[in-house]
Amino acid sequence: MKLPMSWLAEFVDTDGISMKEYNAALTMSGSKVEGIEYLGEEINKVVTGKIISSVDHPNSDHLHICMVDVGKEEPLQIVCGAPNADVGAIVPVALHKSTLPGGVKITKGKLRGEVSNGMLCSHEELGLTLNEVPYGDPNGLLHLDPSTPIGMDIRKVLGLDEYVTEFEITSNRPDCLSVIGLARETAATFNRPLKLHDPVVKGSGGNICDDLSIEIKDTDLCPRYTAKLVKNIKIEPSPAWMRERLFAAGVRPINNIVDITNYVMLEYGQPMHAFDYACLHDGKIIVRRPTEGEIIETLDGQKHELTPDMLCIADGTNPTAVAGVMGGFESEITEKTQTVVFESACFHGATVRVTAKKLGMRTEASARFEKGLSPENTMPAVLRACELVEMLGAGEVVDGVIDVDYSNHEPKRLPLECDKMNKLLGLSLSDEEQIEILTRLGFTVENGEVIVPYYRIDIERMCDLAEEVARIYGYNNIPTTLYAGESVLGALTEKQLFERKLGSLARTCGFDETISYSFGSPKMYDLIGLPEDSEQRISVTILNPLGEDFSVLRTTALPTLLDNLTHNFNHRNPAANLYEIATIYTPSIKDGKADPDVLPHEQHVLTLGSYGTLSFFQFKGALETILNRADVKDISFEPVNDNPSYHPGRCAKVLSGDTVIGVFGTIHPLIAKKTGIDQEILSAELYVDAMFDHMDAVKLYAPLPKFPASTRDIAVLCDENIPVASMEKAIKAAVGEILESVSLFDVYRGDKLPQGKKSVAYSLKLRHAERTLTDNECIDAMNKAIKALGDKFGAVLRG
Amino acid sequence: MKEKLNAIREAAQAALADCADARALDAVRVKYLGKKGEVTALMKNMRNLSAEERPVFGQMVNDLRAAIDDGLTAARERIEEAALAAKLKNETIDVTMPGEPVTVGRKHPLNVVLDEVKDIFLGMGFSIGEGPEVELDYYNFEALNIPKDHPARDTQDTFYISDNVVLRTQTSPIQVRTMEKQKPPIRIIAPGRVFRSDAVDATHSPLFHQIEGLVVDKNITMSDLKGILEMFAKKLYGEQTVVRFRPHHFPFTEPSAEMDMQCFSCKGEGCRLCKGEGWIEVLGCGMVHPKVLECCGIDPNEYSGYAFGIGLERIVMGRYKINDIRMFYENDVRFLHQFD
Repeated sequence: MKLPMSWLAEFVDTDGISMKEYNAALTMSGSKVEGIEYLGEEINKVVTGKIISSVDHPNSDHLHICMVDVGKEEPLQIVCGAPNADVGAIVPVALHKSTLPGGVKITKGKLRGEVSNGMLCSHEELGLTLNEVPYGDPNGLLHLDPSTPIGMDIRKVLGLDEYVTEFEITSNRPDCLSVIGLARETAATFNRPLKLHDPVVKGSGGNICDDLSIEIKDTDLCPRYTAKLVKNIKIEPSPAWMRERLFAAGVRPINNIVDITNYVMLEYGQPMHAFDYACLHDGKIIVRRPTEGEIIETLDGQKHELTPDMLCIADGTNPTAVAGVMGGFESEITEKTQTVVFESACFHGATVRVTAKKLGMRTEASARFEKGLSPENTMPAVLRACELVEMLGAGEVVDGVIDVDYSNHEPKRLPLECDKMNKLLGLSLSDEEQIEILTRLGFTVENGEVIVPYYRIDIERMCDLAEEVARIYGYNNIPTTLYAGESVLGALTEKQLFERKLGSLARTCGFDETISYSFGSPKMYDLIGLPEDSEQRISVTILNPLGEDFSVLRTTALPTLLDNLTHNFNHRNPAANLYEIATIYTPSIKDGKADPDVLPHEQHVLTLGSYGTLSFFQFKGALETILNRADVKDISFEPVNDNPSYHPGRCAKVLSGDTVIGVFGTIHPLIAKKTGIDQEILSAELYVDAMFDHMDAVKLYAPLPKFPASTRDIAVLCDENIPVASMEKAIKAAVGEILESVSLFDVYRGDKLPQGKKSVAYSLKLRHAERTLTDNECIDAMNKAIKALGDKFGAVLRG
Repeated sequence: MKEKLNAIREAAQAALADCADARALDAVRVKYLGKKGEVTALMKNMRNLSAEERPVFGQMVNDLRAAIDDGLTAARERIEEAALAAKLKNETIDVTMPGEPVTVGRKHPLNVVLDEVKDIFLGMGFSIGEGPEVELDYYNFEALNIPKDHPARDTQDTFYISDNVVLRTQTSPIQVRTMEKQKPPIRIIAPGRVFRSDAVDATHSPLFHQIEGLVVDKNITMSDLKGILEMFAKKLYGEQTVVRFRPHHFPFTEPSAEMDMQCFSCKGEGCRLCKGEGWIEVLGCGMVHPKVLECCGIDPNEYSGYAFGIGLERIVMGRYKINDIRMFYENDVRFLHQFD
């Protein structure tokens, strides 16, 4: 909301308050100032001047040499190219070293050999359009009124000597979308009197009821409709003062009648509409829901189909306005308009909001209505409009008013609960202090009750009044305390600690944390090679996405991981090791589709991804370290050859006991090719919930061994395709308790071995807790291991 | 005799002085003190002396032996020192050569700051609440006093999954879920991602992060709200931080406020950084609206509370002078390596 300060001054005295103080005080009392603009900011050293002579320039076919009286001793010689540099005209003169809008600087100089001491200006050069100065010449200098004094600062002449404050008005205060509303706030903030004015309409006889009838069919959507009739309309531009104020408030002047409706809306916060009476069939106005499929052409020339959940203003036959949003093209005010109906009505906010949204037409009027306006304002506003009509001589106001009123005039009453308010705010104001503040804001207190002024539709209960008291008392004057109360333990849950630990471990292993979007394109599933019929493609789908790229919620974090790696690769980062604790969204499936009405299952996945540095087994080592140090128990890996995203020979599922907790491996070369990364991409996806469920963080001290260990190595020859993990498992089972550890230290394939065979070497550490093992016991253990490998895998001891 | 002893002593000392290594030293030891050495030979000659001369001579020979022994020790130390010095010299390296890096990963800058914020509130007795990102309209709006036709819905351009399901536009639904589950005293913060239908540019992202806060107990006042948030600001930004509370409107708090921090660059005078306002908006807050309490089955006559919501990205961008929100979601390692 833009507030011209001269307009405000009509309602509250702002003398002695600097713009800076005003800005700070209003911001702190709840009307946030977004900015202050001085309209004449860019115009400097431009004055009014009279052209006293004009001769053709000797070296030009269109330039004139003018002598201009700017109220100084000597007239100025200025060269001008405008066709209307008429002798006697009073025009804006940009003097030597003056500035104009757009950063234009004017200095004296010579034009084709003739001295020019400045520039004569058009309206455009002053940043104005013909809407603001309808008397302007589209192709030439701005001729000012002949009575304008000479040598005057042009900003004062054109209403540009004006400060405009722009406010951010919150949605609960539609009453502040008006000069009077902001005047009320100003008066309360500075504790100065508010000067309101009751409109006075002289009238010209007749009776509105002879020509017009109004009926509200849907009173739930329109509690009040007030109208006045004006005859013998003379459409012309409105006077300068009105145009200047509208311009300052950011509204384009059109003609006197339209300007009056806008002026009243800005001043009272009550949107108005003017109908051309001649275009209303049967002299009727009917406020009703449209029937299905009714069409209206609005003022902007657009045709709209209306629906019965909207509200329209109809005449005897057709809709002629979309209530609270925009008038109809047919009943628009034109040069030919003779008689005007001023509408000042109250419409249901939510209906206006939905209608404006559906029709894609958010207007100044709808922005006010949709927040909810008080029906009390319709009458003063329509009277003010008629007062202005008479003031401007724009027409003759017919006597009488039609006021169809179903609204409740009973003001809201709330109990005055000073103690409760103090308790909520942490203040100890006396009753008198609180009442004084409320009174300043227009509330009345009587018999222990607070009577809410009609325009404060936002006030409903004690806490609302408490905010009123607090904001005028000053939020900054409320003391600060630290509530002692009952002590509560602040702590992370076990799960939260577990996630913190996972992140910390991933970083320790050299992975950088990433954060990526939850949504993506359905094409992301193609990227990772999911088959067409994969259930993982069924995703939560956004009805109104920003575009296909943001339209579905990921069911797997692999695509975003690959995106992040790809971004790094494309930006020539030689390596990237990334992790994310990412949310994935698994929908509930109904009839083969995601059920949009059921919340999806959200879970966290720890993703790890890498290119450029780590080998497969370094990556796996990092993974094992993370799992081990996160205390996920009983970890094992099993080959997977059918995961479409991974290399069939380089992929494993990760198990804790029998439960699959994740998958890792080399990304399938065809998928890697699609990303453009021409290196091995390694990735892991680990389900955080599953890991957490299989965590065993209980630690018990194990005494350090008292007896020496005996280390023995064995190497066996076996078939190429036997996984070493299963051989290790067999050794453990065969040797039993005295096997402290078994570690693989060599795998050899080569010419010296038979085709299809490999040599696998283990180091076994044997120890007994209570005594030193004998040589025989160790030999026995080794024999058991060798036998087991032979029995299970056909492995033979290498000589 | 005495001259002979002195001659041996001098010769031995001269030989020791010439020794350059352990082997030469050993040769000197053998020459004088060995089984067939000169001093040993002198001792063997003792039996030729008279009983009176013997002790005197014996003493003299012993002194000589001791002197040569001391000389040997000193020479050994000298040689060892020289050898060590040579070895150390030989082992000297250019210590200004770079170390071999140990790669430790880094936290994402959003989480660097988020973890700080969490730790501040954990220290003040808060726990961390959680709630779903795909949320029922009821929790995201209705229960927060934002009914279907409320104008506040326009300011939060919402992604819809169905009429009743949305991507949460704020972390505030966690307030409601927490109050439904837990009876007062409640003291939580709830960080999380939120979604709004804003096209991506330098200052807008369809996904960003908020940190919700909620305290409900008996006798909670607006003073307490100011106290805890001022404390938070000082912990996060430093003790010199100046904040102000300014009236605002949120449907789910009343009274409502926004907390601004005085621009640290211009100290409130107005500069480019704060767009001339002198203050930088940090968070929204207020006293929990009694309708919200009632909605969660908490009696507003018995309990009161406050709530606040902090935009994480804005804080992190301010701290590190990041001017493009998109950097957070590109995850370029050159970016990620600048923080933590």
